[in-house]
Amino acid sequence: MKLLVPVKRVVDYNVKVRVRADGSGVETAGVKMSMNPFDEIAVEEAVRLKEKGVASEVVAVSLGVAACGETIRTALAMGADRGILVETDAELQPLAVAKLLRAIAEREKPGLIILGKQAIDDDMNATGQMLAALLGWPQGTFASKVEIAGETIAVTREIDGGLETVSLSLPAIVTTDLRLNEPRYASLPNIMKARKKPIETLTPAALGVDPAPRLALVTVVEPAKRQAGKKVGSVAELVAKLKTEAKVI
Amino acid sequence: MQTYKAPLRDMRFVLHELHDSRRILALPGGEELSPELMDSVLEEAAKISEEVLLPLNASGDEEGCHYENGVVRTPKGFKAAYDLFRDAGWTSLACDPAYGGQGLPEIVNKLVEEMSCATNLAFGLYPGLTHGAYLALRDHGSEELKARFLPKMVDGTWSGTMCLTEAHCGTDLGQLRTRAVPQPDGSYRVSGAKIFISAGEHDLTENIVHLVLARMPDAPAGVRGISLFLVPKFLPTTEGAPGARNGVVCTAIEHKMGIRASATCQLTFEDATGWLVGAPNKGLAAMFTMMNSERLSVGIQGLGIAEAAYQSAVAYAKERLQGRSLAGAKRPDLAADPIIVHPDIRRTLLTIRAYAEGCRALAGWVAQALDLMERESDPAAREAAEDFTALMTPVVKALFTDIGFETASLGMQVYGGHGYIRDHGVEQFVRDARIAMLYEGTNGVQALDLVGRKLPAHAGRSLRRFFHPVAAFIEAKKDDAAIGPLVQALAKGFGALQLATAHIAERGQRDAEEAGAAATEYLRLFGLVALGFMWARSAEIAAAKLPAANGDAGFYRTKLATARFYMERILPNAFALLPAIKSGKAAMMALDEADF
Ligand SMILES: Cc1cc2nc3c(=O)[nH]c(=O)nc-3n(C[C@H](O)[C@H](O)[C@H](O)COP(=O)(O)OP(=O)(O)OC[C@H]3O[C@@H](n4cnc5c(N)ncnc54)[C@H](O)[C@@H]3O)c2cc1C
Repeated sequence: MKLLVPVKRVVDYNVKVRVRADGSGVETAGVKMSMNPFDEIAVEEAVRLKEKGVASEVVAVSLGVAACGETIRTALAMGADRGILVETDAELQPLAVAKLLRAIAEREKPGLIILGKQAIDDDMNATGQMLAALLGWPQGTFASKVEIAGETIAVTREIDGGLETVSLSLPAIVTTDLRLNEPRYASLPNIMKARKKPIETLTPAALGVDPAPRLALVTVVEPAKRQAGKKVGSVAELVAKLKTEAKVI
Repeated sequence: MQTYKAPLRDMRFVLHELHDSRRILALPGGEELSPELMDSVLEEAAKISEEVLLPLNASGDEEGCHYENGVVRTPKGFKAAYDLFRDAGWTSLACDPAYGGQGLPEIVNKLVEEMSCATNLAFGLYPGLTHGAYLALRDHGSEELKARFLPKMVDGTWSGTMCLTEAHCGTDLGQLRTRAVPQPDGSYRVSGAKIFISAGEHDLTENIVHLVLARMPDAPAGVRGISLFLVPKFLPTTEGAPGARNGVVCTAIEHKMGIRASATCQLTFEDATGWLVGAPNKGLAAMFTMMNSERLSVGIQGLGIAEAAYQSAVAYAKERLQGRSLAGAKRPDLAADPIIVHPDIRRTLLTIRAYAEGCRALAGWVAQALDLMERESDPAAREAAEDFTALMTPVVKALFTDIGFETASLGMQVYGGHGYIRDHGVEQFVRDARIAMLYEGTNGVQALDLVGRKLPAHAGRSLRRFFHPVAAFIEAKKDDAAIGPLVQALAKGFGALQLATAHIAERGQRDAEEAGAAATEYLRLFGLVALGFMWARSAEIAAAKLPAANGDAGFYRTKLATARFYMERILPNAFALLPAIKSGKAAMMALDEADF
């Protein structure tokens, strides 16, 4: 079985994100970029499935500017076999990403697509679900455990009340939650080997997809600064303030 | 708090922009490498250093190593971290692919070493010593010894040591007493007592390969009678597994000021089986071939600590609220301004930064020469690289380790009294940094090596490998619109260095004590000018790239500002050394021993 793992290039989780002065988005120039941490978990899971003999090939896909090739290399160093880069300078929104991934899925015919549940830049939490709808495949989102048996996959999902296990028939979509696994450190020999693994470069046009944004971004602003707190002298004063000032009770 | 993020942007600057990595990539062995690959390697090394080694730094220091009945245990977490480090292949980074190495250049290796030194100096010593032993064995071992031992040392399942020091001899190895008696089967029986052996015994690897300096029965006295032997803790079986226990035991470990997670061992050899490495009585020479690389590595310990001290000090300076800016309150919303508003705190932080980045640039230059030495096919280019590394090795070792200690202390100063308290973790930098000025040849001995051996070497040819590029650069750039003033400051320092060199050459020839009396200041002067050259060249690149830099503009602007700080605030210290050097030995030799 072939596994497809989309990986997104995002501002590194350690970077303190700054909004561009003109409100057009966040500053990415000269900022450290890394693989979305949820996607690292997806790659790790895929590589483990391959190591267990459940999967035969792991294909990492990234969409965006040429530098996304480096994000694919990271996946290759973790153990993915080859990469596909859909290169475009266009702003990509979840629906466009889902459509591009559908086109790739139709070419590659994977048995399973594992995505991060969301990307830490915009926290959309939408691509996996949209892709499942477009392909008409079952989905198991927020996975904390997956088990493949024959033609079905059991996905344990993290939900508000606790855990839920769904059984899906393959091919299927899984999106990863934090507790699914702990991604490995790439080994030095694998980093070296990753340079020799193939990456195919495609364009949205070649895949027959128009990636133009469907949503217009109005403006991006920093969250308002927190106001200084107040010390209250007594419970009565607290209750009074909650009623009259905060108006929450 | 000990905080550290690998300075990857500056490392890439040193690797690609300042020293042009393509030069190494174009040589044999570089076919499979690319700048992007080097960057990926640095990024992954940064991850391991930040996430695995750093969290064990303070705990390893607090706990130290444990000794019981000849067995040494490293602190909690070290074994797991070492296993992870080894399994991920980091011990093999710069080793020969013929023995399972990854064949990456030394310049990448040294940058990775900087990260492990910054995050956990004590941990880094274990694989560091193995690499030293690997180099000595690779260059001098018989094919049979190399085949048996090198693959295991490269993949890190076995570690290495360097056993030179004995209780009565450290610097003066000519007094060495450990004996090696030849056996009919070609092996030797080694007996004697060594002290201060780093990683002499520990629980990280299944076997330990000691490289031991010892004397054969008929050896001439002094340094001409010393040979090098390989003595494993367990004798390997024919299948290459650790077999019978050899006659070497750890009788104690030292309690010490810093690097407390590194086991410093007393070892007793009793009829231990060993094999000769290299020619009889040529042991010191064999040891010295890997000295350039090893001494650069010890220098990098100082650099790593400087970077760690810098980052921890900056974090605190932005957070600690004391006093108001002399130019009027900067943060009226707070009880006081963060101390980073004060000029004296900025002076302190920039001093550490200018030293750290300057040392990184210089280390890159010397490491590149180590690579050229190994990879160049043109004999003249190889000779030039060899001359240059030989000349710069004592400078880098002593200057960087002095700076490591000085900057660790400066970093503590930023913390005020809180820096002196254990909890903040920055006093550990001061304690850990101190040893690097002592081992691998004390810094005083490095200075003697520079004036006594390296200056006169090949009738000054080695010296010219440094002087010529500096002089040419000054000549070409002294009126440059962007960096002219920086180059003129460099020229002044270089002028002082030329005068000092001429003085030592002239006086030292007549009276060796004169050279000895000037050596330490001379090395410092040399080092400050070398850093000045690195800063001027860095500024040249930054100025050229700034106009089109976009996202990197901040990086280049900071480079230029720091270059200016170095030239205006640090390099002038070099000028003051010239009169001290010229004053000669008289004042210090005047006293009678009894008057001390
Ligand atoms: C933590 C630690 C780890 C170590 N690890 C190792 C190891 O792994 N393997 C190993 O073999 N050794 C190791 N050493 C030993 C170390 O290399 C020696 O301590 C060092 O070389 C100095 O030798 P010494 O201590 O005998 O000092 P000495 O040689 O007694 O020197 C004392 C002082 O005299 C000065 N001096 C000596 N000779 C001269 C001279 N000719 N001219 C001018 N000044 C001189 C020195 O600079 C120094 O200031 C370690 C030491 C320590 C503390």
